[in-house]
Amino acid sequence: MCGIVGLFLKTETLRPQLGALLTDMLITMTDRGPDSAGIAIYGSDESDGLRITVQSDTPDLDFPLLAGRIQAATGGAVALRVIDTHAVLTVPEDRGEAVLAVLAEHFPALRVMGSGTSMEIFKEVGLPADVAARFHIREMAGTHGIGHTRMATESAVTTDGAHPFSTGPDQCLVHNGSLSNHNSLRRQLAREGIKVTSQNDSEVAAAYLTWRMGQGARLDEAMESGLKDLDGFFTFVVGTRDGFGVVRDPIACKPAVMAETDDYVAFGSEYRALAGLPGIDAARVWEPEPATVYFWER
Amino acid sequence: MRTIDMSTTPLRDLNAALQAQAAEQTEPTWEILNPRGSHAVAVGLDAPLAITIKGSTGYYCAGMNKQASIHVTGSVGPGVAENMMSGSVVVDGDASQYAGATGHGGLLVIKGNASSRCGISMKGIDIVVHGNIGHMSAFMAQTGNLVVLGDAGDALGDSLYEARLFVRGAVKSLGSDCIEKEMRPEHIALLADLLERAGADARPEEFRRYGSARQLYHFKIDNASAY
Repeated sequence: MCGIVGLFLKTETLRPQLGALLTDMLITMTDRGPDSAGIAIYGSDESDGLRITVQSDTPDLDFPLLAGRIQAATGGAVALRVIDTHAVLTVPEDRGEAVLAVLAEHFPALRVMGSGTSMEIFKEVGLPADVAARFHIREMAGTHGIGHTRMATESAVTTDGAHPFSTGPDQCLVHNGSLSNHNSLRRQLAREGIKVTSQNDSEVAAAYLTWRMGQGARLDEAMESGLKDLDGFFTFVVGTRDGFGVVRDPIACKPAVMAETDDYVAFGSEYRALAGLPGIDAARVWEPEPATVYFWER
Repeated sequence: MRTIDMSTTPLRDLNAALQAQAAEQTEPTWEILNPRGSHAVAVGLDAPLAITIKGSTGYYCAGMNKQASIHVTGSVGPGVAENMMSGSVVVDGDASQYAGATGHGGLLVIKGNASSRCGISMKGIDIVVHGNIGHMSAFMAQTGNLVVLGDAGDALGDSLYEARLFVRGAVKSLGSDCIEKEMRPEHIALLADLLERAGADARPEEFRRYGSARQLYHFKIDNASAY
């Protein structure tokens, strides 16, 4: 069992409140997933560079050295924002590869949570309320965000096993369920040059969508082909820089509720997660159909 | 009438107060406010109470109901009226998975749509859905009646025993051992009564009846290769 929440804002009205709304939704899903929690937040549709979110088990040792080492190696400007065990590096967009190479060489224990011009990812082991407070999610503004509360089944309770997973720029995926063909798919993706870093089944699904989109598919097309290639139980909610998608497997035993108003599209594993949203009483509320791709794009 | 506000009263206190009416029988009419998707609202009741739940509930609303008439003005999560014995549950909105599962008696009315596995393993309950139902509905349904004014999803009535299924709209596919059957006068009469009790604006003649072909009741050696 896990909990998923997602909020895609269609207008600018609620953007300053995105983090607050998602935090309340996430905490409501605590009893579906008390092990770990995470959130991917798409902060702005105006890029100020490439944002690389990294995590360290020893932030006090690693983070003070980070900016200097990257600046020395790449020569470009680096902005560093430290939030608890995570740090967001903002670098010129064309320096992404070089920065990742520096991180791999000088900070091998550092985990790259994700990168993109809009997306930041924060995830840790712990109760959702504690995780949200540590990263000050409540104060964050943005265009859309996806959160997850985890009750682990397929891999250990670690930061690496927490959701969301990001395997491509500005792409993230959260999963409720369990995949049964993730090992063969992981080998297949490896042959295609797609690296999956954890043992987690959900990360394979994220990598699969990244691979499909790398071949030129839109997010909704990638999800559609996922219905054929991914075997197991799943409700996925996925985000891209401008898009927000939902898909459930054909058996659809993992719960899902959606709500839409003029201002937003919201996803919750249960209606409880949506009950506090503004205008929910007048929203169109429905259960997404099995094996059907739902997709919104700005 | 007694009103309980779930924003100030814990769920266990609410259910304890309702369940106590089985012995006390002091208050027949109840109103429950602010359920906000809570689980297990108004479960395990055994008294002829009239209960209105104003809003939407989560998992297992009105489970194991006996005698009470429960009206939900919003939508309900998975497992509404699961294992109901008697009484009635009316939902103005939609119902999620396995509505009325394993119910032994009483009447469940969903005025919106019900999703997958509606009436799974029903054992005597009557279920009337004004909208559509999802896949695998009435799986292994034993007795009782499932009435659907809209459409039914895939594999309706798979491995069905003796429950009767009436569908007005399209059936996407029938499950194993479920077949269409003739509508006889007794079925028209039965359906007319159910539609009236469910406040459904439909004529019995518009429905088709589905039931068990009774080919899976006993093991057949010809099917051995299927196992």
